[in-house]
Amino acid sequence: MSFQAKRLCKLTLGPVLMLTSALVLAAGGETSQVNMSPGVTEVGKNIYDLHMIILGICTVIGLGVFGVMFYSIIYHRKSRGVAPATFHESTAVEIAWTVVPFLILILMAVPATSTLLQIYDNDDADLDILVTGYQWKWKYEYINENGENVSFFSNLKTAQGEIHNLEAKGEHYLLEVDEPLVIPVDKKVRFLVTANDVIHSWWVPALAVKKDAIPGFINETWARVEQTGVYRGQCAELCGTNHGFMPIVVNVVDQSEFDQWLGEKEKDAAAVKKLMAQNFTLDELMARGKSVYARNCQACHGANGEGGVGKAIAGSPIATGDLATHMDVVIHGVPGTAMQAFGGQLNDVDMAAVLTYQRSAFGNNMGDKVQPIDVFNHKKG
Amino acid sequence: MGDYHHGPAKGLSRWLFTTNHKDIGTMYLWFSFAMFILGGSFAMVIRAELFEPGMQLVDPAFFNQMTTLHGLVMVFGAIMPSFVGLANWLIPMMIGAPDMALPRMNNWSFWILPPTFLVLASTLFMEGGAPAFGWTFYAPLSTTYAPPSVTFFIFSIHVLGLSSIMGSINIIATVMNMRAPGMTYMKMPLFVWTWLITAFLLVAVMPVLAGAVTMMLMDIHFGTSFFSAAGGGDPVLFQHVFWFFGHPEVYIIILPAFGVISQVIPAFSRKPLFGYASMVYATASIAFLSFIVWAHHMFTVGMPVAGELFFMYATMLIAVPTGVKVFNWVTTMWRGALTFETPMLFAIGFLILFTIGGFTGLMLAIAPADFQYHDSYFVVAHFHYVMVAGAVFSMSAGIYFWLPKWCGRMYNEAMGKTHFWISFIGFNLAFFPQHFVGLAGMPRRIPDYALQFADFNMMSSIGAFIYGASQILFLYNVIATIVAGKPVSDEKVWDGAEGLEWTLPTPAPYHTFETPPLVK
Repeated sequence: MSFQAKRLCKLTLGPVLMLTSALVLAAGGETSQVNMSPGVTEVGKNIYDLHMIILGICTVIGLGVFGVMFYSIIYHRKSRGVAPATFHESTAVEIAWTVVPFLILILMAVPATSTLLQIYDNDDADLDILVTGYQWKWKYEYINENGENVSFFSNLKTAQGEIHNLEAKGEHYLLEVDEPLVIPVDKKVRFLVTANDVIHSWWVPALAVKKDAIPGFINETWARVEQTGVYRGQCAELCGTNHGFMPIVVNVVDQSEFDQWLGEKEKDAAAVKKLMAQNFTLDELMARGKSVYARNCQACHGANGEGGVGKAIAGSPIATGDLATHMDVVIHGVPGTAMQAFGGQLNDVDMAAVLTYQRSAFGNNMGDKVQPIDVFNHKKG
Repeated sequence: MGDYHHGPAKGLSRWLFTTNHKDIGTMYLWFSFAMFILGGSFAMVIRAELFEPGMQLVDPAFFNQMTTLHGLVMVFGAIMPSFVGLANWLIPMMIGAPDMALPRMNNWSFWILPPTFLVLASTLFMEGGAPAFGWTFYAPLSTTYAPPSVTFFIFSIHVLGLSSIMGSINIIATVMNMRAPGMTYMKMPLFVWTWLITAFLLVAVMPVLAGAVTMMLMDIHFGTSFFSAAGGGDPVLFQHVFWFFGHPEVYIIILPAFGVISQVIPAFSRKPLFGYASMVYATASIAFLSFIVWAHHMFTVGMPVAGELFFMYATMLIAVPTGVKVFNWVTTMWRGALTFETPMLFAIGFLILFTIGGFTGLMLAIAPADFQYHDSYFVVAHFHYVMVAGAVFSMSAGIYFWLPKWCGRMYNEAMGKTHFWISFIGFNLAFFPQHFVGLAGMPRRIPDYALQFADFNMMSSIGAFIYGASQILFLYNVIATIVAGKPVSDEKVWDGAEGLEWTLPTPAPYHTFETPPLVK
């Protein structure tokens, strides 16, 4: 059966499916589409248990209350010729149904408190990662006390064509990024969460981590993941136009694999440093610029520079005008608009490449080269 | 029939200059229904876009404007004014007063509303679009990063607050000073009690909201940094101030609904309300607790653990008085002689669905679990169960209950029941699946979603369209009743209804009690 046909079947069975699947799949664990997932951390399992306990308590009380109500609806109806009773108070009953719920709440508060304290135990981490929310992407920075920090941005990878229904949607539609966060399994990873512009919220359900990313403040949270794998999440706090398009992908790997990955990242960072001093040909800049553009500019300015959320770059007076002004716009952004300051987000090599690309692609035939040193000098002022 | 010294004026001036509580109540009710349709049509845009994965109808920026305006219009334009309308109609009739205590202010508090919503709606056509930062308008998205129309939004909020405060002062003054002889506080109908407490909540928190938007205004135009860390301020301060208003606000919306249900259920159970005194105390406790639980909306902002614990415990406590209310309603039905006319159906619908919303509220109170629920569709489902099935269902119950008294004509019962069943089914189809997608990890306020959420979202959209369409039936039924309903001659309309309002002639005369009734 095709995807569409399956959906139609499910939808017609909708209400039945809703009730039965809720009961059958409630205990179904990670793949459940109707219930919380216990996830892959101890905290996640504790939260899941709390969730199930409180859901159970509510269900039992609900069945009791609705049971009494439906009994009345069926047996105490006027059409059965009953005469209404006249009682309207009972101190004993009223005290009982005040005190009993209170006691249930106290019982419930005990495990809730201990899980909360566990969530707040941010000490003794094996690895610190600074997570910064940007409109609309995440930046991850591995804090290394003995050398260079490794940092990169993680952008939505889903093609615009999929979003606008021009291409078939992939399996991980809207939940895929160009560069996932990589962390080691069975290690306590502390996330220091902040934001660059507005408030975002870093949420990965399987890790049972949700923390608001607030500009100017750093929040702490942590996870010790017990199982390797790829876990996906999204920004949870409304952060502007593309709030729905800044997913999170966490790749949890063995320690050895992690070390190797981090080592390569460190090498890459060193290589970029070397590149800063080089001069590039126009072709090299254009090739690099094209990929930088696809990652950072395309979502707002369009695959062919035709514009969208942002202004068109094809034929734009900025991209075909004075280079210094063009650099200003890309490096410092345009305050009060969606155009961000990319000066802190792109290294000088990528910045030079993307500027060159914008000036010579999409029919903007400027043909001038921007070198990393030009960007460096411009930033220095 | 009473001796009219002066009846209503003719034409438009009757409505513009009226100081009559019934005319003003009528205008509030029609206005709020218009806003309900406007806010509802924004919801239809949202649900149409979310019908399938992918962007189809609107762009993400417009989608955000829709979610923002839907929330603002529904809360401030539909639900709040509708209960003020009900209060205007009923409080003088229920306490044996001739009119509201401050009739000219009453006129003013209504008439500043329509222009304000005109301003708010006009932001849709401004450069940069309407506010797109959600009805909770968290800074700095609503300050540094807001569209220019935010200034008009701030102005609207100020005027809405002014209207609410004037309306509340009027209700407090009326209830305290204009009760008929013998109508002691503990004899007042529960609807009057819940509104009295609501009015105090409004007077207490609307100025706080005004403070929040004033600080925003200063940050945007006058260079202050209340909510900007770069200037020494704190974005989280905004959330504290907002929710200090916002949490009592949800009780402002639901308490009058409790009042309506407490009138309707005894009438159709033919049995007095169970636990009247405990109902009053429970309402007062809920109102008090509403001031000390605000930060449960903010469990993920990074509060100290002591703060989290305090707000978790305080929030869990609310379950106790709310439980008392639900138990009292059910016990009122117990061993009554029940009939199921439309108002009773809506009241029972309220009871079931509000209780479900209360349960999910208790779940949300568990702070560790809230780390998973927060800002997901689970929250959207929760507050629609308490706002729509709570406030709107009780409003429908109230309209069907009192409309025959007001206009002296009976609504069409079959159509009323049809309205109930379509609403009930549509509502549940729309919002029950949202619990599932929320628990499975779908964040709220997103214009597009991953494929695993597709089925439940389509179901939800279909349910929303059904629920929306059912309101047209409601509108038709109300208009048909007023224009051509079967005349009601009986003063009581409903054999089980109790209270001073039912002792007035039917239809209710233009001036209510010209000589105060004596309450034994």
